[in-house]
Amino acid sequence: MRKILTIGLLVLFALVGVTSLAQDDVFRIAALMPSATNDLAFSQSMYDALVAIQEELGEDAFEFTIQDSTYIVDDAAVALRDWAASGEFQLVIAHGSQYGPIVEELAAEFTDVSFAWGTRQDTFGMDNVYSYAAASDEGGYFNGVLAAHLTETGVVGLVGPIEVGDGKLYADGFANGVASVDEEIDVNIVFIGSFSDVPLATEAAETHIANGADVLTGTAQMVVGPIAVAVANDVLWFGSDASQDELSEDIGVAFQIYKWDVLLLDMIANIKDGVLGGEYYKLTLENEGLVMEFDKDFEVSDELMALADDVIASIVSGEIVPIPEMMADDKAEEKTEEEGED
Amino acid sequence: MGLDDILTASVFASAIRLATPYIFAALGETFAQRSGVLNLGVDGMMLMGAFTGFYAVYVAQTNAAMSEPMSLLFGVAVALIVGGLMGLAMAFVSVTLKAKQGISGIGVYLFGLGLSELLFQQWVGTPKSVSGFPRINFPVLTDLPIVGEIFFHHNLLVYVAFALVPISAYVLNNTTFGLMIRAVGQNPEAADAMGVSVTRVRYATTTIGGVLAGLAGASLSIALINLFQQNLTAGQGFIAVALVYFGGWRPWTVAAGAMLFSFVNALQLQIKVIGADIPSEFAVMAPYVITIIALVFATKRHEQPTALTKPYERGE
Repeated sequence: MRKILTIGLLVLFALVGVTSLAQDDVFRIAALMPSATNDLAFSQSMYDALVAIQEELGEDAFEFTIQDSTYIVDDAAVALRDWAASGEFQLVIAHGSQYGPIVEELAAEFTDVSFAWGTRQDTFGMDNVYSYAAASDEGGYFNGVLAAHLTETGVVGLVGPIEVGDGKLYADGFANGVASVDEEIDVNIVFIGSFSDVPLATEAAETHIANGADVLTGTAQMVVGPIAVAVANDVLWFGSDASQDELSEDIGVAFQIYKWDVLLLDMIANIKDGVLGGEYYKLTLENEGLVMEFDKDFEVSDELMALADDVIASIVSGEIVPIPEMMADDKAEEKTEEEGED
Repeated sequence: MGLDDILTASVFASAIRLATPYIFAALGETFAQRSGVLNLGVDGMMLMGAFTGFYAVYVAQTNAAMSEPMSLLFGVAVALIVGGLMGLAMAFVSVTLKAKQGISGIGVYLFGLGLSELLFQQWVGTPKSVSGFPRINFPVLTDLPIVGEIFFHHNLLVYVAFALVPISAYVLNNTTFGLMIRAVGQNPEAADAMGVSVTRVRYATTTIGGVLAGLAGASLSIALINLFQQNLTAGQGFIAVALVYFGGWRPWTVAAGAMLFSFVNALQLQIKVIGADIPSEFAVMAPYVITIIALVFATKRHEQPTALTKPYERGE
């Protein structure tokens, strides 16, 4: 009887083992986002990327779970810890620079779990942390060049969230893009100090228009307000992060779209090879992590299309550097690091 | 860059628009607090008013079920009813069940925040816009230089909000109902002894507060922004509660506080747009700093209702 029981248990363990091995073939990601997955901006871009990866790899090879609208950082800490402790996920993503300190703490505790966070260039020197960012200055520059060609009043307005990260990069790139066409054009920039204050962003857009702007742009999830203002006032709109053509009706011109799947696929391959982190990724026009799209309702003239193609080609080739000052800073940083290494 | 570039007519017009939801919500809260009920759930009620008002208009306009003006009035009616129901719920918890008002208010806020998000995700999905209340063009008046832009080019709900200020002041100061509210908030035992039902009065004021909070939300989603997104109010309900303290529980000064806060906000936007060399962080915090400073002086000037936050138990 005891033998039968032992054999039975062995068979059971073997079956559980086989099941576990089968489960190991499925790559699982857990991702946390600050706003809704359909915010037409930052969070939606990550959600779209995860859906794209699932379509590419198949549902039997890739699964993901998300927690959106987690703007309270303490709530984020609870969710991230649960995911890391569960051992069910090969990669835990904290999609928002505000989650950085939590990732740093958890990565030190759960060294066998891979974490990714952005948008910031900082892996905290840990082997199980990936960081990522977007060269949003490239799309900003592109939009700026086009905006400069389309403005009739010579005034364009930008509504940004907080003066850091890719919002700041986008604004600087946009301003430089406008200036590259005509330095006389006024680029009025307002950072409202919030990623989610739609009423204030709406009023910022109204203020831009009251000051003569006939082209508006902006970043982050609160731009739905400025887009509504642009539609109501028949003012052109340039967007970033995700396509906003659903909301921008016939005033949308072009959108910079983040394709996070480009870098996530690379991370997945690395993790499968046993590399849990330590790398920094950046979406660019060159690696096709950034894609510029015209609004489907906007009639693009041949001249504008040629200009758009030319700007993208020049940025990719390095002929155009959207923020030259940043490049100089990067070089200085590299030089310092080399000297340090020496 | 001179003062003329900063203090433009559009800044004053902007301040009036920004003040609208605060005035609705803060006046409603004034009624509740004057009767002794601290309702911290205003923001949740605003969110539910904003969503349900928006959704009613969205459905009506998408299905062409009624004319555009009728769809907007329908949206307002739905927001008022939903806000009122949430006010009743708050009254039930804080007056009948005598729960701690601060805690129950936060509960109502979280309920409104969560439910509005859930319903938005389930019923609408991505942000979509509606045709909201249009700006009114008054013959002659709208075309007046400066004054026309500041006062005579707003949507209907802006005028309703400002009209409610003298009406609220009159009701509180010159009517029997107002006298009952003040008595219940100041000395519920005496009011009870005089035959005034403390429970009924508190139910009425908290419901009025809910109705106006619902209207405040609708003023955002179908008049000023014309769409809904999760957490659309961005904490405006909490600012409204602070404005009641700022205004010393008096409608005129509460409205003045809302205007001051909104004016500084409009001013900081204008200063940034014209490129003044001021750190954006400083500009962003300016409205809050000024409101806090004003609050310090205001709370010294007026005594709060004695029975505020205290549940009433006959015979205690």
